[in-house]
Amino acid sequence: MAKSHSSKPRLLDRLPVVHQLRQSVGLQRGMLVAGLILAAIFLILAIFAPWLSPYGYAQLRGPDGLFGAQQPPSPEHLLGTTVGGYDVLSRTIWGAQTAFLVIIVALVLSVFIGILLGLVSGYLGGWLDRVLVVIADAIYAFPTLLLAIVAAIAISGGQSGLWPGIMAAAVSITVVFIPQYFRVVRSEVVRVKAEAFVESAKVIGASTWRIMFVHVLRNSTRSLPLIVTLNASEAIAILAALGFLGFGIEPTAAAEWGYDLNKSIGDVSAGIWWTAIPPGVAIVLAILGMTLIGEGLNDLADPRLRARRRAGKQTPADAVAASQPITREFMGEVE
Amino acid sequence: MAAVPAASDALAVDIRDLDVSFATDGGDVHAVRGVTLDVRRGEVLAIVGESGSGKTVTARTILGLLPETARMGGAVVLDGTNVVGLDKKELREIRGTKAAMIFQEPSTALNPVFTVGWQLAEGLRAHGKYTKAQARKRAIEMLKRVGIPDAEHRVDDYPHQFSGGQKQRIVIATALALDPTVIVADEPTTALDVTVQAEILELLRRLRDEDGTAIVLITHNMGVVADLADRVAVMLDGEIVETAPVKELFAAPTHEYTRKLLAAVPRLEISDRQLPEGAAAAEPVVVAQDLVIEYAGRFRRAAFRAVDKVSFTIAPGEVLGLVGESGSGKTTIGRAIAGLTPVAGGSLRVLGTEMLGVKEREFKRKRKELGFVFQDPATSFNPLLTIAQNVAEPLIVHTGVRDISAAQSKVDELLEAVQLPKAFGERFPHELSGGQRQRASLARALALDPKLLIADEPTSALDVSVQARVLELFRELQEQFGFATLFITHDLAVVDLLAHTIVVLHNGEIAETGPTAKVLGNPQDPYTKRLIASLPVPDPVEQAARRAVWDATRED
Repeated sequence: MAKSHSSKPRLLDRLPVVHQLRQSVGLQRGMLVAGLILAAIFLILAIFAPWLSPYGYAQLRGPDGLFGAQQPPSPEHLLGTTVGGYDVLSRTIWGAQTAFLVIIVALVLSVFIGILLGLVSGYLGGWLDRVLVVIADAIYAFPTLLLAIVAAIAISGGQSGLWPGIMAAAVSITVVFIPQYFRVVRSEVVRVKAEAFVESAKVIGASTWRIMFVHVLRNSTRSLPLIVTLNASEAIAILAALGFLGFGIEPTAAAEWGYDLNKSIGDVSAGIWWTAIPPGVAIVLAILGMTLIGEGLNDLADPRLRARRRAGKQTPADAVAASQPITREFMGEVE
Repeated sequence: MAAVPAASDALAVDIRDLDVSFATDGGDVHAVRGVTLDVRRGEVLAIVGESGSGKTVTARTILGLLPETARMGGAVVLDGTNVVGLDKKELREIRGTKAAMIFQEPSTALNPVFTVGWQLAEGLRAHGKYTKAQARKRAIEMLKRVGIPDAEHRVDDYPHQFSGGQKQRIVIATALALDPTVIVADEPTTALDVTVQAEILELLRRLRDEDGTAIVLITHNMGVVADLADRVAVMLDGEIVETAPVKELFAAPTHEYTRKLLAAVPRLEISDRQLPEGAAAAEPVVVAQDLVIEYAGRFRRAAFRAVDKVSFTIAPGEVLGLVGESGSGKTTIGRAIAGLTPVAGGSLRVLGTEMLGVKEREFKRKRKELGFVFQDPATSFNPLLTIAQNVAEPLIVHTGVRDISAAQSKVDELLEAVQLPKAFGERFPHELSGGQRQRASLARALALDPKLLIADEPTSALDVSVQARVLELFRELQEQFGFATLFITHDLAVVDLLAHTIVVLHNGEIAETGPTAKVLGNPQDPYTKRLIASLPVPDPVEQAARRAVWDATRED
């Protein structure tokens, strides 16, 4: 949409999120900025975890010997220690890294497979389409978490190290997400397939593959950035739930917020607040950040929901814009 | 025009110095600039102009129907009330009682899940207390007034049970329900067939005469203006360039733009065009023999026969005009020739290939001899490719050219042939106007020097002056390259400009066929006669005479 107004916008303005940020105003801008800040904090924690956290995620002893279990916050342990004797702050920071890796792997797997299946299914139609839609519906019919648990057990046997654990979580999330991408891309493809430019390519005699990948695919991926952000937040929630239920990653392999929450259940009734709140807040803020970005993109993608600066008094610069005759796009629709 | 009553001097709407600007993603757009207009009771004021001239925005201010991004200045006095600056509640009181609106597309203006009676009553209930029985009685009255037969029963029908023309009558009935002072009709007949259009215009004329309702008619069709309007305001780029009584405007337009606009309107002139020599003897490009095309029915219902036993031929270099109203099967025939719709029976030979049961693999080789121009230039280009890439597509597919740079010289040549600057190749489709896009579309269709071109309503989405230029270009190219053409259109005046031969389709069957001059000048078939009589001509005096003829054919 950035291309609508000038022929050659700068690359920076065409990047999905940057473009929307420039376009937004008022509350929508506030939501988007808040989401971006939260996501940026999450990203920084994930990438720089080894340098930011005072201890390792599986570290039990310092120079002065064991940390000790359930120690209250102190200068050595800013957020205390867990029942297992880990440093809470370190595990919370390292947890961001685990969550980040899981999101990346899960999204890469599900986006590519989902788009490809959606494209083939939507464009070719016929029995292949029907079978794939039935399978996608069947997967939808399962409770998400149950499906993820089954996948996690099938892949890792229930417990494992860092990469097997991350892969197990990521693949189980992928299984849940593929039908979403499949559905969204398929419905877009079915819509685009009926457009005149696809017929025009058929009349020209272009091959089916050429039509699918040159003409249909690129026109069917508009809503993906939105789903990716929303799914990223859902991925964090599923990962945390898996860890909470005991199907996640072992504490010695990686830090994981859901696991820590699980272990802090007993502490809550004992009046120990510092083991449950940090991982819980981390989960909430990470999901909130992603969701705010997603919702912001959603509102901005829809011209009817997008807020604009009110038309102000005429300035000389406006007069230039006003000399252009108004087009049918006056309602704001530009595509 | 004797029936026109003396318009009373009371003003229904008085627009003074109206300014409207919109906040858009591309900055503010000043859509309407200093417009001053008035509409008297019992008068039809037509606002004409091309798309983007601000005519719809101007008319919508009368009802306060503008999006929230709009900022208004000036005054719109509707029956004594200034609409500009009213809040939502006050606007709601005005809408329906003082001003009502008729929309362009009747099938979307009615809610499909409620009966038409309910929808008529909805307007009444919004402005007063009615019992169910009263509202129903009033709804039936309204339906009768707009000429819906058997209104007592049909009041309980749903919108999909009515035809397009009847739906528009119902929309008009909802607008009339509370006897508004003024009705804004935004392209009320554009979505309708020409024979139905004539009936709707007749209905609007009757409303003006009987009730003294003021009507603001927004249209781009000068024929409709000549038929219905008393006074005309011409808009250009958000400003009114000329306001005059209809006869004066058509007889002696003062502004240059008005003159240009009127000159661009295609008229039925009945020209006789000769086929190129030797064309009749050569082997035809397309031969249809008892062609049948069916659309599969759902759930064991019988298949729908869209085209029934149609026979025609197109000789090399011949322009065949395929004319008919919506649902006549004209587009279906064009799609069948392009291999987009399967043939169900009879025989259709295109460029020597039998299309009955043809495999895409066999026909693919022939595709380079066939060009197709689609109706809507806005959707027939891949929006993510540049114009040059789009135009080069047939070259890449058929001639082994690998990418756009190798095809560049040919693309430049093609753009030049359709009178587009070379630099336009770098642009994306949405950066071109409708007419430019349609010319680029023509360039793409001609890329491989085809023997046959199928043009499906290529100008119906364009403004009238743009249409004139595109048609002129088309005729030049056709004479230069000599390709055969199937020109599909609903507009008789357009075929008159181009075609050697005309085929008139009616409900999937051929009503009449023959040389252009004969079919249009001396029609034999009653349907053709009605079609020609329904076409409003852009001349109020002549149109009044034609209306009398039309009234006579309607009795049949």
